[in-house]
Amino acid sequence: MQRAFPPVRECSRTGAQPLDATATLGFTVFDALTNKLSGVFDGLRRRGALSEIDVAEALREVRLALLDADVALPVVKDFIAKVKERSVGAEVLDSVSPGQQVVKIVHDVMIEALGGAGAVPINLNAVAPVPILMVGLQGSGKTTTSGKLGLRFAQRLKKKVLLASLDVQRPAAQLQLQQLAERAGVASLPIIPGQTPLEIARRAMETGRREVFDIVILDTAGRLSINQELMDEVRAIRAETNPAETLLVVDAMTGQDAVQTARAFNEALGITGIVLTRMDGDARGGAALSMRAVTGAPIKLTGSGEKLDALEDFHPERVAGRILGMGDVVGLVEKAAETLDQEEAERLAKKMAKGTFDLEDYAAQLKQISKMGSMSSILGMLPGAGKIQQQLEAAGGANIDKKVLGRQAAIISSMTRKERAIPDIIKASRKKRIAAGSGTTVQEVNKLLKNFDDMSEMMKRMKKLGQKGLMRQGLSALMPKGMQGGGGGRRPF
Amino acid sequence: MALGFLSRLKQGLSRSTAKISESIGAVFVKRKLDDEALADLEDLLVAADLGTTVAARVVEEFRSSRFGKEVTDDEVKQALAAELAKILEPVAQPFVLDRSLKPHVVLMVGVNGTGKTTTIGKLAQQYREQGVRAIMVACDTFRAAAVEQLQVWGQRTGAPVISGPANTDPAGLAFDALTRAKAERADVLLIDTAGRLHNKSALMEELQKIIRVLKKQDETAPHSILLVLDATTGQNALNQVDVFKEMVNITGLIVTKLDGSARGGIVVALAEEFALPVHFVGVGEQAGDLRPFDPAEYARGLVGAA
Repeated sequence: MQRAFPPVRECSRTGAQPLDATATLGFTVFDALTNKLSGVFDGLRRRGALSEIDVAEALREVRLALLDADVALPVVKDFIAKVKERSVGAEVLDSVSPGQQVVKIVHDVMIEALGGAGAVPINLNAVAPVPILMVGLQGSGKTTTSGKLGLRFAQRLKKKVLLASLDVQRPAAQLQLQQLAERAGVASLPIIPGQTPLEIARRAMETGRREVFDIVILDTAGRLSINQELMDEVRAIRAETNPAETLLVVDAMTGQDAVQTARAFNEALGITGIVLTRMDGDARGGAALSMRAVTGAPIKLTGSGEKLDALEDFHPERVAGRILGMGDVVGLVEKAAETLDQEEAERLAKKMAKGTFDLEDYAAQLKQISKMGSMSSILGMLPGAGKIQQQLEAAGGANIDKKVLGRQAAIISSMTRKERAIPDIIKASRKKRIAAGSGTTVQEVNKLLKNFDDMSEMMKRMKKLGQKGLMRQGLSALMPKGMQGGGGGRRPF
Repeated sequence: MALGFLSRLKQGLSRSTAKISESIGAVFVKRKLDDEALADLEDLLVAADLGTTVAARVVEEFRSSRFGKEVTDDEVKQALAAELAKILEPVAQPFVLDRSLKPHVVLMVGVNGTGKTTTIGKLAQQYREQGVRAIMVACDTFRAAAVEQLQVWGQRTGAPVISGPANTDPAGLAFDALTRAKAERADVLLIDTAGRLHNKSALMEELQKIIRVLKKQDETAPHSILLVLDATTGQNALNQVDVFKEMVNITGLIVTKLDGSARGGIVVALAEEFALPVHFVGVGEQAGDLRPFDPAEYARGLVGAA
């Protein structure tokens, strides 16, 4: 099991990043963590053996990277201490580089810190109606999450759900939850103006009992953790309703304040779970680590969109990858599964397995990919693709993807059936014709053919690795040898 | 008035900075400014969301001028505040309405949940008190009850609120609102937009469309595009500002929720990176708690200096 972690990439042999972190300090804020870690670990690998000095140097970089990912400082310190303890004195296996060894330890410690593998479900083990209390700062996404939870319980668990807004602070907040309930097809507590939050909570539970609801979701007003009066109020609501879950809703973009907020809410209420919202943004989500460390409460769900079904179980291993910039392979696969035409995907998979994948299939696949949204967001999910993503963005922003996909599709449409089935027959004059027909250049045709070759190669490797291997080793494992090596820097990762 | 404002801002900020100021006190009382002390100082700045780069730079400044000296708690705070204020001063630019425009068109943008609607409501209230005629338009036609939320602010402030049915095209609504604001010779048109994550290109394009459509009627509109930022946001605020600036050319920032435990140190990093004007800070629930940005006060509040 020596290779059960993302391998360090080979190609910075030529364009090696300086180990000296301060040289690149000016850009650290925008650097993907990936870049930095690969820089450090490339440096480490060249040293051949894992010494205490090596570890210290690497950990300085990890520390900076975690801070840039918004992990709170005290949490970073504990984290680094743990990694150090395990790294120094760890046996260096012959088959792995010291850098790989450290990456694995960092990754392992991160997953443990986030709660180990697997998702923790919402606790519904209580006498019906089961109260669930939603708390958090203003604007963290409590009301939207309440609506999403309602839909989830109703759809997946076939539960009878009542949504009740106790938010008498923000204008029209109660109306917002009512409208969300309508959209989700669940009930909401009738609005009676002038009631206090505690009175509404009582009425919600009474209604829940009287009308035999399974679950009552209590959405509270956003409050600052230092506002004593409002914290007392929510404490009283908690005492009155005795919720099975008290969920702290937190914005994934939260910075260092995550520690104060989590601590204050936990001390006042005893948080039983965390919901991380806006995971569809591009924040690294270091707050997840901070919150979990401070409260000890599991992160149970993540919100990843404005639609009511955009609520997912929390998977520590995926968010670990995100914080560390190693990508979210499983997320990619799931997103793909959701978006792709299942039959089409299965047909393609069969062809891949048989090794009869041709350009026709490649075109079909391009179409599928274009359905999945912007390329850069897909790339963000892949291990080691941070640099490519940056280059893509530098080259022309987020819109480059669809154009490229469109051009590639056009090139393939300009080929004959035979050419698509047997790409090897496409030589110079055919290339010229295809380029003219698709309004592209011969270079672009060449590029497409090269991409197709690479992909075919990738398929073969994927078959060999199986799904497990793919998840462990990430994208790099799929790269054909020529792409990994110093292949002219065409693939810089 | 000035005094009332300062003490109010300080009150708001002091709560948020009590901790950092305590820790600075603990670290620096009668202490030699050596490597270890400097490292601790850097940690404190990082914990205030300044980011590792800015924290390192500020500490370097300290190293060059004060290394090895015996310093007191207060000296460190004052010097640190001065250093931070120096970075913040250029971006402290009050928001000035051009009264000749009729209306001055203000487009409020930002990611979800930062406080755009609340900020517009507070502004409308302030303008009403100043005798400025404001019209609000609810271009967040997506989020449930967003229109009603703004309408409540309309009732509170007496300012008209223009809205359309749910899921109306926000650009069309903005266009109609501008027509009406011109006809009524309003002083300011406050356009509330739906929250959107900066990495969603379709939503950013929707924002561009609103601007494009406004320009068809008035080449100079919108006159101000203000990004509302939540003070609890970490380093991702840099991405937010970067993308919003690139896509819709924001003209200034408003930082909200500074009355919480968040220290809002990201503002320092933003000032260094983008130099965009910071027009307002939000330090409380009341309309009067939306205040012009005072860099010296902010910096002193940030480090807990008197």
